[in-house]
Order: sequence, then structure tokens, then C-alpha cells
Amino acid sequence: MESRSRRFKSNALAALANPVLQGNLKMAKGKFVDKRAIAIKEIDDFEGTREAAKNLRNRVLENLDLWLEKFEENATARGATVLWAKDGAEICRHVVEIGKRHGVKKAAKSKSMLSEEAGLNHALTAAGIQPVETDLGEYILQINDNEPPSHIIAPVMHKGLDEVADLFEKTHKTPRKTEIPALTREAREVLREHFLTADMGISGGNFLVAETGSVALVTNEGNGRMVTTLPKVHVVVTGIEKVIPTLEDLSTLMRLLPRSATGQSISNYVSVLTGVKQPDDHDGPEHLYFILVDNGRAELVGSEFQDMLRCIRCGACMNHCPVYQTIGGHAYGWVYPGPMGSILTPLYTGIENAIDLPHAATLCNQCGVVCPVKIPLPELLRKLRETQVETHLRPWFERLALKGWAWVASHPALYGLGTWFGVRYLKWLAGGKASIPVLGTAPGWTAGRDFPAPEGRTFREQYAAMRAERRKSS
Amino acid sequence: MSSREDILGRVRAKLGRDAANAATGRDTVAATLAERTQGPRPHVNPEKSALAGRFIDQSLAYSSSVDRVKTRAEAPAAVARYLADQQLPAQAVIWPQLAGLDWAGAGVKVAARGAEDADLVGITGCFCAIAETGTLMLCGSPDTPATVSLLPETHIALVSASRIVAGMEDGFALARAELGRLPRAVNFVSGPSRTGDIEQTIVLGAHGPYRVHLILLDNE
Repeated sequence: MESRSRRFKSNALAALANPVLQGNLKMAKGKFVDKRAIAIKEIDDFEGTREAAKNLRNRVLENLDLWLEKFEENATARGATVLWAKDGAEICRHVVEIGKRHGVKKAAKSKSMLSEEAGLNHALTAAGIQPVETDLGEYILQINDNEPPSHIIAPVMHKGLDEVADLFEKTHKTPRKTEIPALTREAREVLREHFLTADMGISGGNFLVAETGSVALVTNEGNGRMVTTLPKVHVVVTGIEKVIPTLEDLSTLMRLLPRSATGQSISNYVSVLTGVKQPDDHDGPEHLYFILVDNGRAELVGSEFQDMLRCIRCGACMNHCPVYQTIGGHAYGWVYPGPMGSILTPLYTGIENAIDLPHAATLCNQCGVVCPVKIPLPELLRKLRETQVETHLRPWFERLALKGWAWVASHPALYGLGTWFGVRYLKWLAGGKASIPVLGTAPGWTAGRDFPAPEGRTFREQYAAMRAERRKSS
Repeated sequence: MSSREDILGRVRAKLGRDAANAATGRDTVAATLAERTQGPRPHVNPEKSALAGRFIDQSLAYSSSVDRVKTRAEAPAAVARYLADQQLPAQAVIWPQLAGLDWAGAGVKVAARGAEDADLVGITGCFCAIAETGTLMLCGSPDTPATVSLLPETHIALVSASRIVAGMEDGFALARAELGRLPRAVNFVSGPSRTGDIEQTIVLGAHGPYRVHLILLDNE
């Protein structure tokens, strides 16, 4: 998918000015947050479970090459074919080749964010293979001229019932339905036909289990089960960082993923799929392919951003982010929105292509405290900001200002003098009021908020005065 | 260079891989697989009746309905009762594993095979059940086809009380002990399929069953 992250500021402004989007965001706001807060209480040692999940993900990253080899060995032993893709273009090449090899006309897809990274649907269509998205949300987006998702778990979070009703009426040529269960039923009937006639199923992978060579798939709708049970070919497209050691590790992660994502104790379906259909089996694919994807991930191994590879794609960071809640997912411009997207987009598509994203955060650390694998998201955002300055990607005046600030801050006497003048000047500017509505030197900063006026003396002055007072009284 | 070598090569370079630490790394991998360390687990009372109680509570919370009978032989009559209550035809696709029960005696017409689109009711057993979350663990095989719990709008599952374990870890341990290697499809099922994609409103019956009815066999 082509990134539109360069236009983040104008995207965000447009999102703020869109009353329909604002209404839908307001309606969604807090729903996942509240459900998660209740669901995590069911776990006696939630913090301990987070710590265990963090450690097990780190354990894999420390020997990622060996764990990938182990997974490959065990998956191959059960009859799967393991392929590797450096980037989105190679994912598309592999899937199209597999499709041609098996005479595939139609591919039923369960949700895969990597397929979004690769723009896979476009490539399939161009090759004469019809891709059908089967997750209800993804299906709605597909019939709306392949609109990109705005959330990794709830892809049509930005849409209201009316819009979906219009789309179904137009696409299915059926009388307009306005009840959500009726719309869901209609989608079920349309998509059931596709499940039964697809030659190939394409899914992502929530986890790859090294000890058994399995893929673990987590869904509520059951579409993940359909696309991996009915078609004769199943292709799993997933990132190289998704490998975990054992089924015990899967059990630990399954206590965290649904609770963090949708606030469920468990998702309705958790499938652990290993190898191909056996001779007497009634169902299952005859051919199973794993496409293990780099697309920027290998570069993060051993780097200061390695923590990001622990991500299990639950979406808790965006659900809790005040920026995401206000502008929605599309403004971020690429596949992943919210705090995790503000880190992954610059890292995977080029730091110069997403300059504003690391700044689209208040660093309030709500994302950090809810992350089930304890990724220090605000810290990584800050590191990206540092990298921008170091690599001269910020404007010259900003860099000069930071340099000047650093010099002053490392000369205590000068700093003291500067703040002595500063607080008095700002107090005078406030003219007796508690805040300054427009700051002449930084009008942008006060465009959306007031600058609190200082009381008139610096911290150092007040501290010295307080000490003197204490000495006097003792 | 193949993409495999390219990707693994870059990962190795980033990790500073050499012959010496590769040997240590392989030992770590082998030890991790042998140790099977478990994370912290929520407390689940291991008493048989407590496991059944928790399994039922959790299943109800996940929108399944639950019935209890004593023995496997009583299951067909319980199924017939449920189908009549729901005003569903007394006709179902069943796991071949369950073909030996007296379905005809209970007036239920069954077909023992994989499910097809037209089947309205699917009847399965389960490999085991998980009390912690009210979950069925289904292991696919020629006798236990995965489609029976997936395609029909109504899924009825027979659950032996002695096969209820505390957590997912125990289910996997049982599979290792009894089946040796994992079957092609292990499906953990918790209630009917659902979606919340439109306005985060939960609707039951997305692509899988609309209803899941559990028949607990207390003496089995």
C-alpha cells in the first residue's frame, strides 16, 4: 500500500473537520477501553502475565534466525512449503505464482495486515484471480472501492450504520436494511457462496509455533476457519517476527491478546493449524504455503527499535490514544494507525516519508501502560524524534533552537539568568491574568490552547527563599 | 542469493551470529522447547465438580446454552428435546465418531460425515473442554471433521465431564499424551460466531453457527 503519511497534517485537519467521522469516532470512543478494563481483572496476575509475554517474545528475538529455522523445519516436516519474501512485491509474486500453479480463480481472504502492506488484492486482480475479503469489516471496505482500513481490529470503526446500509443496497441490489443483524445476515449469505467456491484461502497468522510448525489464527466471525478448511490451497502471509517457541507460550499470549484487543476473555475461535489434509480427512487444504515476510522487520533486529518487534497487533495502543480517538486511523496514512503505526510507518516506509507521525502523540504513555507485551511506545516515539534531528530531517530553525537550548541548559548561570528574565517577561505579558492567549514567539503553540502564565519568580528563587525561611524558623 | 538467505543473513548479521554463539543459541532453543515454561495462570479449582461449574458459567457468558444429562446414552434424547424446543427439524450431520449412539431411537435423523452448506444442525463431541474460558477443544480427524462445528447454523456438542481441564496448556498436554502429534486442525471454540464490526455492536452468527448448545455428560 502506498503511504500517504507525508500528508499527515492535512489528513488530520480534514478528519477533524469531517462531522460524520467525528460522530462515528465519538460513538466508538471508550468501548474497547471499558471492556478491556473489565476483562483484565479476570486474570489474577495480569502484570506477571504481561511480563511473561514480554520475556517470551524477547527470547525469540534474541535468536530469531534459529527460531525461524526451527519453525521452517517443523512446518516442512508436516507437508507445508515455506517461502520467504523481502518486500510487498515479493509477497504478491509468490501468491500469484501459487495461484497460477493450482489453477486458482478465486481467493477467499481472512484478515491480513501484511496483505495490506503488499497491496495484494490489486496484484491478484491484475493476475486474473478474484480476491474476496471475508472479515465483515474488510468486506465492507472492499465493496467501497477498496478503501483502506482505519483500525487493525475494527477496520470500519470510522463508518456508521447508514453508510454500510447504503453500500449493501448498492452492491447487493437488495432492499435497504437498517438493522445490524440483518446486514450481518446478508453479508453471511453473500460470503458463504464465496467460501464454498474459492480455490484458495489466504490468511495472516497471529503466531507461528516453532515446536509444531503450526500457524495460530484468532477470529470471532469464523471466517479464519472457513478459509483454512474449505479451499484446496491455503496461503499464510505473516511477518518473520511472529514466531513463538511453544504451545505453552501460545496459551500465555491468548490470555492477553483478546483481552487487550476487544476486551474478550477469549476470541470465539482460536485455530492451531499444522500441515496439509491427510488421505482420509473430510476437509482441509491439500497444499499449505507459509510466506515469511521481512519488509523492514530484519532491520529492527538488534537495533534500538527491536522492542517494536514484540508487537502482537492487538490495537490496545490506538484504542487508548487520545490522538487516534480524535482523528481516526486514516489520517496516519499507511497500514498501521495509532502509536504502533507512528513507529512502524517511519521504520518500514522510510523515516523521511512519515516525518509528522512520531510527533502525533502527547507522550501521555497510556499506550505504554496497556501494551500487553510492554513495548515502551512513548520512548520509541521519542527516539524517532531524536533520529529526525540527528539526520537533519527537522527544519533548520528547529535544530538551531534545540542546539541553542542545549547550550544554555548546560551553562547553569546563563540558564538561571535566562529564566529570571523569562518568568518576569511572561508575567508582564499576561498582565495579571492566569494565562496568555497568544504567544508572539510561538503563535502555533497557542493556536489550540492558552499558555499558563508564570507566577513571577523562578523555581530556583522560590526554592532558595523556602530554604531561608526554614533556616530562620529552626 | 535467495530471499531466504538474504533475510536470514541480515538477521544473523544484526544478531552478530558466529559459529560459537550459534551453538549456544541452538542449545537455548532446544532447552526452551524441552522446558515448556508456562506463564502465570489464573486460579481454577481442579475439583471435578468445580471444573464443570466453571466451564458452564463461562460457556453461558459466551452465549452458549447448556443442558446436563448423566450418560452418553441419554444424549440423543437431550438433542431431540433441544431441537424440538428450538423448532428445528430433527435432522443433523454428526461426527462419524458419534454414529454408534441410538439416534433413531430418539427420533433424530443423522448423517455421519463432513458437513455441507445445506446442513442446518451439526453434532460433535470434543477432544476436551477448557474450564477457564468455557471453550471446546476440537481435534480434526476423519472421525471428527472440522466442518460439522462450522457450517451449520446450530452446533450441538457433547462434553464428557471427565474431559474438562483447567486451561489451554492442559488441553495441549492431553493432545501430546493421547495423539502424539497435533492433528491438522485444532479448533478452540467458545460460543457462537460473532462480529462487532458495525458500530461495535455484537451480533451472533457471523460466518459460523448462530447458536452453540452444550450437553454435559456428568458421568462420562
